[in-house]
Amino acid sequence: MQIYLPIAEVVVNGFTLIALGGIVGLMSGLFGVGGGFLITPLLFFIGIPPAIAVATGANQVVASSFSGVLAHVKRKTVDFRMGGVLLAGGVVGSSLGVWIFNLLQKLGQVDLVVQLCYVVFLGLIGAMMLHESVGAIRHARGGPVKRTRRNQHGWVHRWPGKMKFRASGLYISAIPPLIVGAFVGILGAIMGVGGGFIMVPAMIYLLGMPTKVVIGTSLFQITILSAYTTMMHAVASNTVDVMLAILLIVGGVVGAQIGANLGAKLRAEQLRILMALLVLGVCGKLAFDLFLRPDELYSIAPGLI
Amino acid sequence: MPRLIPRLAPAMPPALAFAATLGLALTLPMLGRSQSQNLPPAPEPVSEHIVAGLSHDDVNITTNFDGSDIIIYGAISRETPAPAGPLDVIVAVQGPSKAVTIRRKDRRFGVWVNTDSVRIGSAPDFYVVATTRPSDQILTAEQDAQYRVSIPQAVRSFAGELTVADTVPFTEAFVRLRQEAGLYRLDDGAVTLAEQTLFRADVQMPANLIEGMYSSRILLVRDGRVIDTHRAPIEVRKVGLERWLYRMALDRPPLYGLMSLLIAIAAGWTASVAFRTLQRK
Repeated sequence: MQIYLPIAEVVVNGFTLIALGGIVGLMSGLFGVGGGFLITPLLFFIGIPPAIAVATGANQVVASSFSGVLAHVKRKTVDFRMGGVLLAGGVVGSSLGVWIFNLLQKLGQVDLVVQLCYVVFLGLIGAMMLHESVGAIRHARGGPVKRTRRNQHGWVHRWPGKMKFRASGLYISAIPPLIVGAFVGILGAIMGVGGGFIMVPAMIYLLGMPTKVVIGTSLFQITILSAYTTMMHAVASNTVDVMLAILLIVGGVVGAQIGANLGAKLRAEQLRILMALLVLGVCGKLAFDLFLRPDELYSIAPGLI
Repeated sequence: MPRLIPRLAPAMPPALAFAATLGLALTLPMLGRSQSQNLPPAPEPVSEHIVAGLSHDDVNITTNFDGSDIIIYGAISRETPAPAGPLDVIVAVQGPSKAVTIRRKDRRFGVWVNTDSVRIGSAPDFYVVATTRPSDQILTAEQDAQYRVSIPQAVRSFAGELTVADTVPFTEAFVRLRQEAGLYRLDDGAVTLAEQTLFRADVQMPANLIEGMYSSRILLVRDGRVIDTHRAPIEVRKVGLERWLYRMALDRPPLYGLMSLLIAIAAGWTASVAFRTLQRK
């Protein structure tokens, strides 16, 4: 099923895109990530121009995350208050990130910075999650393991502006979530992703939120931040391809539902090990590409940069 | 000898037009050949002209567009008998031109990084050259440069200050990448020329065309020199749903953005409801 995309001006196979959306949707429902960190590079790979891949990826993330959020709202596992604070930071960070992205594009180093960001963050997060969840499973099986205490009172809890986050069972300053939100917003805009794969571990390990509400809250904030990004791209650079988005969405929403239901049946530690392995896999592939001599040394970019 | 071949209207169905020229072609070349043997080879003002048509002068991009074939056909009209020597026809179809930047990766601190770049002021998005024989045997280098026929010639001047010593690998890589994408093509021998009078070229337009005004050029070449040229525009445009979405994205971006979001949210909601209903059953 060959389809001509009106904005991207390329011809693609419709079934490939639906399948792509399905896989990414599954990730979204399962792990509470938007799936942007998978879909954006995959779209580059099938020949969609990068600017359009980034913008349309954001649009597809809205659909799959929204579908996931609804499932989590039903189970009352969304901390709206925390989501709102993260979002406030996210909007500021996202706008700053778009500015940095344009600057890097002028310097011709977007690819490198994006790839380095992926390698560094995916590597760090993947290793952290794997370590923690393997430890937790060993502990559950009675093996000797150092007990890591969560919700402990550290320096973060002495900051001013404390807020009650009832759904998360936290009473902490609003400043750490704001910073986390802004930081994820910057990275998200530069890397062309929703930022869930950074947000989820940050919520667990930095803010000390219980895993139960993390995924729903992350999806909630990703949905709204991606909607904001989609609008920005559509208005500022006309790079949202709705035809491409619909194909990805059709696969994505179905995948997200399957993922959310599958996630409810799996244990939290197993889920985190799976995600850690996935994150490390993508990281390894990208790191490998950086050091390996590319097949094609030359590339063409439109316009005079 | 009077001008025998009537000008073919582009609107004329190709089959009909071809039949018309074919009928004339049967008589024309025989006259030409018998007389040319008595005349000395004269490189003087050759009064040979192209009379040409296109199978269609527009390409409509629909949702399931998967390329298009354009037949460029015609005949050569002569006021004097055809001189001796090989006669060749070159057909070139060119898309809208744009500025591009070509970058090269190099190893820095063990990592492959974009380093040098060359900026080109104008290069066509699409360029196909079809010829009767290998093009380097048809045209002299000067004529090629003057008429900008071969693919490297179609890539125009550099823009801004040059920051690399040798631009050749960059332009070669550019042409190679575009050829791999099917956007630049050299079809040697794809033009058929019958009896030195009738020619026909089937130009394949790939599926990944961009919208814009394309132009087709026909060059008549004798003894390495271009003796006549003919141009005709081809309009490539999106139609139907493609056109509607494209115009909306450009003309009313806030509305377009909102529509994209609504579709996304509606799809997400529908899937959620559908799955809940499925699970209850």
